[in-house]
Amino acid sequence: MRITGDFTRRLAKNKMSMAGLFVVAVLFLTAIFAGYLAPYPPDEINTTNILVEPTRQHLLGTDILGRDVLSRIIYGSGVSLSVGFVAVSISTLIGLVLGAVSGYYSGIVDRIIMRFVDIMLCFPSFFLILAVIAFVGPSIWNIMVVIGITSWMGVTRLVRAEFLSIRERDYVQAAIAQGASDFRIIFLHILPNAMAPVLVAATLGVASAVLIESGLSFLGIGVQPPDPSWGNMLTEGKDNIEIAWWLSLFPGLAILITVMGYNLLGEGIRDSLDPRLRQ
Amino acid sequence: MGLYILKRLLLMIPVLIGITIISFSVMKMAPGDPTSLLTDLNPNMNEEAVKRIRAHYGLDEPWYVQYGKWLRNMLMLDFGKSFAADNRPVIDKIVERIPITLLINLLSLILILGVAIPIGVMSAVKKDSLFDKGTTVFVFLGFAIPTFWLALLLMILFGVKLDWLPISGFRSLNYAQLSLPEQILDVAKHLILPVFVSAFGGLAGMSRYMRSNMLEVIRQDYITTARAKGLGERTVIFKHALRNALLPVITILGLSVPGLIGGSVIFETIFAIPGMGQLFYQSVMMRDYPTIMGILVIGAVLTLVGNLLADLFYSLADPRIRVAG
Repeated sequence: MRITGDFTRRLAKNKMSMAGLFVVAVLFLTAIFAGYLAPYPPDEINTTNILVEPTRQHLLGTDILGRDVLSRIIYGSGVSLSVGFVAVSISTLIGLVLGAVSGYYSGIVDRIIMRFVDIMLCFPSFFLILAVIAFVGPSIWNIMVVIGITSWMGVTRLVRAEFLSIRERDYVQAAIAQGASDFRIIFLHILPNAMAPVLVAATLGVASAVLIESGLSFLGIGVQPPDPSWGNMLTEGKDNIEIAWWLSLFPGLAILITVMGYNLLGEGIRDSLDPRLRQ
Repeated sequence: MGLYILKRLLLMIPVLIGITIISFSVMKMAPGDPTSLLTDLNPNMNEEAVKRIRAHYGLDEPWYVQYGKWLRNMLMLDFGKSFAADNRPVIDKIVERIPITLLINLLSLILILGVAIPIGVMSAVKKDSLFDKGTTVFVFLGFAIPTFWLALLLMILFGVKLDWLPISGFRSLNYAQLSLPEQILDVAKHLILPVFVSAFGGLAGMSRYMRSNMLEVIRQDYITTARAKGLGERTVIFKHALRNALLPVITILGLSVPGLIGGSVIFETIFAIPGMGQLFYQSVMMRDYPTIMGILVIGAVLTLVGNLLADLFYSLADPRIRVAG
């Protein structure tokens, strides 16, 4: 299905997606204007203010080095956003290409690609990601790439299914009969009409990439300290679990709200696209 | 039925080969090679010694020869020796840790089924009720909550503030001195939080899935017929509708296996449970490549077996699959 004005109107009426969109927009602004919003520099160590409970000066308290938790959460939003977007761009691109080839050409190519998808799905994705990180080493770039190349299977299946059905439509058959090149048919005729479910999958994909990144950083194999990431802030929370509840509570809330925002937006887009829900 | 099983088993072979190829390529992704750990920064190393070490590990041969040898060892469950200080065979280390991971995963699956199915059925039957809306909120939370954070919060609440449950380990230090019932109680207490945490995400997914399945089934003609016959609502829902709505759950259970196994890394690490997930985490931290590869392959094979069991079980439950084969 094509993304049309009709769709935008339904999306605007959908409460779920508007709530999600609001959260996502706030996150974007936070990440962009982190420098203006954060009350303290994220790395400013203050040894006279170690593990301070939330107060007027430090709204969400301070950590073991006296750094302001609120400021670090604000800066951490940029990490989450960039990991989410880069990882999803990679997985969506792979999924689009493989799915299009698979669905358009069918036959042996299709069977090979689909078997490849089955095999990839056998790996518990967290195992695969950890294994690759163990070999290539942890860094924010490696994390983005690894999440991207281990999460394209869903998109591939979606795109393939769309291609299989759209390929049989009259207008595509007409284009083939006119002798249009495969490239032209795939990219100009079929792909634009197959984008809607991909958009949903990509939005939900950002949410899951944010979750995975925070899990990896929490385990110490993601974003490395002193760079602030919500996941590695929670590691400090765990280390001080008996004394400083605020170190565990707030970064997790940030993750929860972010993931929820993308999920709501994704589900909202899906509902707005589903013709069965039209009034 | 025998033919169906045979067919399924044969289909597993190319997938198994694929799993080993992907695992092997992961290993080859590393910049440099495993010997660099031994050779880099070692002042006693010269060109000649490096060559000898590479030849010893077979790293001077073309990749397909290396793969062939590696595959042969895999088939005999020989994953080599761990790089860790104990230097034990990888397969022994994995085998002694698998039961705990499987136990926790099995308990989570039971918890997921036991809780999610009634919730799903209830919210479908009472669609748009307060209960249904409450479930929807729970489902969204369940999808968005990072499990390790949930684990932390529960540890703070039940372990630190209330002091009801132990927050780490699989058993207490004085385990050996306890009587059998006390031992069981001890392990159970240690497992409550890990099992709940590992089931949480699945709970949300499954109850939602169950709800939409039920809604779908309730619309079918045979349900209308059952009602028209004058059967009680209870019989219609639990006998006619539920049975059919349960079928696809088997497949979903199979599909949830990799997520559960993968998740074990996080919660076993948090709760310090000596299972396969914790072993994997430790191996990643110390770059114990043979163990990493062993667990990667075994994790994928476990998933494959889970899917196979789900398929077989499905064909037992639904004769249509068997016949269509």
